[in-house]
Amino acid sequence: MKLTSREDLKKLREETKALVAARSAEETKIIVGMGTCGIAAGAGEVMNAILEELNKRNIKATVTQTGCIGMCEKEPLVDVQRPGGNRFTYGKVKPSDVPRIISGHVLHGNIVEDLVVARFEEV
Amino acid sequence: MQLVRAHILVCGGTECTSSGSKQVQDALAKELEKHKLDKEVKIVETDCHDGFCEMGPLVIVYPEGTFYVRVKAEDVPEIVEEHLLKGRIVSRLLYKAPATEEQIPGYKETDFYKKQQRVALRNCGIINPEVIQEYIARDGYGSLEKVLFEMTPEQVIDEIKRSGLRGRGGGGFPTGMKWEFCRRSPGDMKYIICNADEGDPGAFMDRSVLEGDPHSVIEGMAIGAYAIGAREGYIYCRAEYPLAIKRLKIAIAQAEELGLLGENILGSGFSFDLHIKEGAGAFVCGEETALMASIEGRRGMPRVRPPFPAQSGLWGKPSNINNVETFANVPVIIKRGAEWFASMGTEKSKGTKVFALTGKVNNTGLVEVPMGITLREIIFDIGGGIVGGKKFKGVQIGGPSGGCIPAQLIDTPVDYESLIAAGAMMGSGGLVVMDETTCMVDLARFFLNFTQSESCGKCTPCREGTKRMLEILTRICNGEGVPEDIETLERLGRVIKNTALCGLGNTAPNPVLSTLRYFRHEYEAHIFEKRCPAHVCTALLVYSIDEEKCTGCGRCLRACPAGAITGEKKEPHKIDPEKCIKCGSCFDVCKQGAIIRL
Amino acid sequence: MALVTVTIDGQKIVVEEGTTILDAAQKLGIKIPTLCYLKDINEIGACRICVVEVKGARTFMPACVTKVTEGMEVRTNTPAVIEARKVVLELILANHPMECLTCVRNQNCELQKLAEQFGIKEVRYEGAKREYPIDDSSPAIIRDPRKCVLCQRCIAVCSNIQTVDALTDQKRGFDTLIAPAFNEKLANMECVQCGQCSLVCPTAAIQEVDDTDKVWAALADPKKYVVVQTAPATRVQLGETMGMAPGSIVTGKMVAGLRRLGFDKVFDTDFTADLTIVEEGNELLQRIKSGGVLPMITSCCPGWIKFVEHFYPDLLPHVSTCKSPQQMFGAMAKTYYAQKEGIDPGDIFVVSIMPCTAKKFECQRPEMKSSGYQDVDVALTSRELGRMFKQANISVAEMPEEEYDAPLGISTGAGAIFGASGGVMEAALRTVYEVVTGKELENINFVECRGLTGVKEATVQVGDMPVKIAIAHGLGNARKVLDKVRAGEADYHFIEIMACPGGCIGGGGSPIPTDTEVRLKRIDATYTVDERMVLRKSHDNPAVKALYEEFLEKPLGHKSHELLHTHYTPRGICE
Ligand SMILES: Cc1cc2nc3c(=O)[nH]c(=O)nc-3n(C[C@H](O)[C@H](O)[C@H](O)COP(=O)(O)O)c2cc1C
Ligand code: SF4
Ligand code: SF4
Ligand code: SF4
Ligand code: FES
Repeated sequence: MKLTSREDLKKLREETKALVAARSAEETKIIVGMGTCGIAAGAGEVMNAILEELNKRNIKATVTQTGCIGMCEKEPLVDVQRPGGNRFTYGKVKPSDVPRIISGHVLHGNIVEDLVVARFEEV
Repeated sequence: MQLVRAHILVCGGTECTSSGSKQVQDALAKELEKHKLDKEVKIVETDCHDGFCEMGPLVIVYPEGTFYVRVKAEDVPEIVEEHLLKGRIVSRLLYKAPATEEQIPGYKETDFYKKQQRVALRNCGIINPEVIQEYIARDGYGSLEKVLFEMTPEQVIDEIKRSGLRGRGGGGFPTGMKWEFCRRSPGDMKYIICNADEGDPGAFMDRSVLEGDPHSVIEGMAIGAYAIGAREGYIYCRAEYPLAIKRLKIAIAQAEELGLLGENILGSGFSFDLHIKEGAGAFVCGEETALMASIEGRRGMPRVRPPFPAQSGLWGKPSNINNVETFANVPVIIKRGAEWFASMGTEKSKGTKVFALTGKVNNTGLVEVPMGITLREIIFDIGGGIVGGKKFKGVQIGGPSGGCIPAQLIDTPVDYESLIAAGAMMGSGGLVVMDETTCMVDLARFFLNFTQSESCGKCTPCREGTKRMLEILTRICNGEGVPEDIETLERLGRVIKNTALCGLGNTAPNPVLSTLRYFRHEYEAHIFEKRCPAHVCTALLVYSIDEEKCTGCGRCLRACPAGAITGEKKEPHKIDPEKCIKCGSCFDVCKQGAIIRL
Repeated sequence: MALVTVTIDGQKIVVEEGTTILDAAQKLGIKIPTLCYLKDINEIGACRICVVEVKGARTFMPACVTKVTEGMEVRTNTPAVIEARKVVLELILANHPMECLTCVRNQNCELQKLAEQFGIKEVRYEGAKREYPIDDSSPAIIRDPRKCVLCQRCIAVCSNIQTVDALTDQKRGFDTLIAPAFNEKLANMECVQCGQCSLVCPTAAIQEVDDTDKVWAALADPKKYVVVQTAPATRVQLGETMGMAPGSIVTGKMVAGLRRLGFDKVFDTDFTADLTIVEEGNELLQRIKSGGVLPMITSCCPGWIKFVEHFYPDLLPHVSTCKSPQQMFGAMAKTYYAQKEGIDPGDIFVVSIMPCTAKKFECQRPEMKSSGYQDVDVALTSRELGRMFKQANISVAEMPEEEYDAPLGISTGAGAIFGASGGVMEAALRTVYEVVTGKELENINFVECRGLTGVKEATVQVGDMPVKIAIAHGLGNARKVLDKVRAGEADYHFIEIMACPGGCIGGGGSPIPTDTEVRLKRIDATYTVDERMVLRKSHDNPAVKALYEEFLEKPLGHKSHELLHTHYTPRGICE
């Protein structure tokens, strides 16, 4: 699909905005920091563990990736955002931590306190 | 029949089972038997206590209803002995109500982010860099649209000029002015180039931007191309950044598919094609003339300027070259206006700068701060201070071409001019924090070693001079320094700085000159007293044993790999300086503090 | 051109926009030292010896490549500038073997001169030195990387002027090495042995292979009958090796000097240059008449021959089959002359004095043995002969004027002008004209052939035949002409190509320095030599006529083919 005018771009922008809003109201989002720093710290394995766990337990959630947010030292970073809720960042996440994050936070909304870094907000 | 005095409920749900509830049950059974409580206390396996799974395995002791969480088999004896035998609750295993969302601090409340201001990094760590829609949903490509339909190239240049944006690649040249030169340079074919070579060791801000938000760089380049009158651009990215290259390729393909790159963008009549060039090159390939030679397929060697790229650049055509971070700032400036951007920073240095904060500081990572923030704020507020509470000694800023700023200048504001005045430079944004265990001579040698080995070899002062400086520093560190060395280093440094052909040579002496300026006494200690105050230069260390303190325990003797330590048990030991290889093993193992290191 | 006003050391001067600080300063009589800079050839600002202070600039600027701008204020000799230059020079010296006393460039070295000028008394920076082995693989050129100051002049001349690209810079930083790619041996490269690199090298890092010992040995050997031939260009350049002004004509003095060195006979390559013209002129006419391959291209320059063998092997049929004058001489000396004088050719030792390094390569080519022996035993450059004279305490300037020996020393002005670009063409035209028309030339000066224009083209009316000619000197210029020939876009009949800029008078074996100014002086001298000759047309040379009558019978005859013509080897590009 090619955008051939300003209006096309405007339309796409509105659509994507609406889509993003709708999604975050309906679905739980799990975002893994997949920059070079994250990957070097093991984000790939964490990502696999998340997918496996969701699959195993048949949980519906959107899993996506993002770049480096700066706290390279705390990588791998995993963000969880429940429908309509805040986005939380977990740091130094190991694959073995994944079940706790999924069952505690994703399923029940209980923040895994010993891993949580902060509530995400734009700086 | 005995009365059951207590029930212990152990959760047998899948979750708890997988986290070890079976082992806990077994341990309980064993422990109860051991204390002969197996008749009085009954273990019950329960179903899942929905909602607490992440805290499993769960153990609930009735009749009190004490709720223990995350119980491990190792915890069981304590529960049995303390709770069941003595009636004391094991509080460390007690369930605590989970924090409510509000109790978790937001990013801005954390030290790390409190003083940061994310402009260039606005989307990094937020959007999925491989999905252009996520960029667009955050108004991405809106600035390009605005420029194409509402602004003339001159207006764009004016906007950038008024914003006060200066090059983030090191030199700090005003970006708007550079664009203007290129726009005014005659020629129908012009090029816009993004410098993503990022050769400074320890620097990775450009990589992060490209990996986390490639579209902001692409959009910035497209805006720049429109402003200078280019219709073709290159991103020169080091080959050691495969992920950045992959994301860039995806981003370019997606932008092309949407018609945000290519012919007649959004029907505006403006066309722009973007290519990626992988540079397997050396550090010097980041120098703009070397970089262009490398794109042309020639050896990446700098050439004399003028002519500047704006006059004669890629394939002899007027070209504009900017750094990744510089371009990433452009769309926001267009979106939010020059005034907004210029409201951040200082008189002459506007906006923010991204730094790679590393070294002996508690919070390392990538930080974006408004220009003019002090080093103290970066190191102590954002960085959380020095690791292990050691003494802060100085900071090397600007990578190997930068300089060292000592503790007494910690309130230096971070802007282009102040850093130069302090003998350092903004550089690409490396920021290495040093504590008292860093030897400044050794540090200067380390950085010079890098630049020296990266010299391209074209001009005499850099090729020959940095080698001689390095030889002298190495000698000094080896305890072979002579009194003239300091003067020679200063003379060579001064001449190389003034005469080298390109920025690599012009800045290579900076680490040496700045440490000579602020830490001259350390050089003097090495040369005249043959002593390394930070105890780093091995050749200068002397280990001996304080007979008063030595208890003759023999730890050092066993630890010494060179067999240099002798002594009878319970008698003071001795180190044979001939045999000692100065590894420091004895120093590390002695519990009496009897090893003297000089 | 716009004019700009600049101030240098307080003096104002108005110069054209685009002038360098170096040139502007020179106009004011202010000298700035240089090392890597070579006007029009190497302008890369690498050595930094020429730095000056420019007001407002963050660093010092190299005067050799920095263009002046309106209002620029330059200081060329502040203490800081002088310190900087001195340190830069010391840094070069710190990485130099400092073997001046035993160096071939002693007293003619740009580095040495700078050290003297700067008053260097000690080198304060000691440390590791670049150590790379000497490459003596080539018969003509020897490289000693230890003495290299990395100025890149040789690369510039080899790549930009000669378009051979035999040398590149490799490794990096302190380890930088100037050598054939992958540090291959020069002998295994497309290097055409032209020696232009040795001519521009400021030090002795590239020089000719020294064969003087072989000549001394032959001279000392009582069994050997040692004859010497001197190339046309030598008489207008040899004086420079002994301090005479560029362009001094030293023909007779050189002959006298050679006799004093002990050569049994002193002959002249000009004689065989005349012979070449007769053979080559006839070859051209035959090609034209019989529909042979045209254009025909001259073959006297061995650098050019090696070049065409490597880069244009498909054009070899265009190249005249005539040997070069040096090789014709060798063949005649060991056959005709030996017979005539009753000397065993095996005892004859032929030495040639050449302005050329490639001649060393040429005389060792396996096919150059038509006399049954190696036709020319040793080729010395002008520089080497200068050295022999010095060793023998022979001062050329003080020698009397003496004549060449007959018969191989008899020549015409046509032979003499072989030394300058266009000379072979002009000499050929003088002969071809008279042979074809049977009429005497009114004006024998073909000025369209002369001068330093890279490619000279003309149409010359020879009777009713318009002869189209082209002349190229310097292999980069040759390429331009050859590409046209290859593309079938050239309708020339005859092309002269010389590998070295200016022709042989600028040859790679010439005295150092050889620059444009010096070349022009030698060219002037060459035409003066021609004008002073009684005979100025090759076919008028009585000794050549006698040679045909007594020995060769006729041009392009059977003996000629055997002794005076040759064949070539397609070499292609080295892997
Ligand atoms: C040795 C050397 C290395 C350099 N490396 C880089 C680099 O990796 N990235 C970069 O953006 N600029 C680098 N530069 C600076 C560039 O030459 C150029 O000034 C810069 O790309 C211009 O962009 P800006 O105006 O946006 O800063 C380097 C300069 C030198 C002398
Ligand atoms: S300063 Fe160094 S890197 Fe730059 S041109 Fe000179 S030798 Fe090369
Ligand atoms: S002799 Fe000629 S071809 Fe060979 S390296 Fe030197 S300049 Fe190049
Ligand atoms: S060999 Fe001579 S000309 Fe070539 S770079 Fe070295 S010093 Fe310069
Ligand atoms: S002579 Fe100017 S830099 Fe070498």
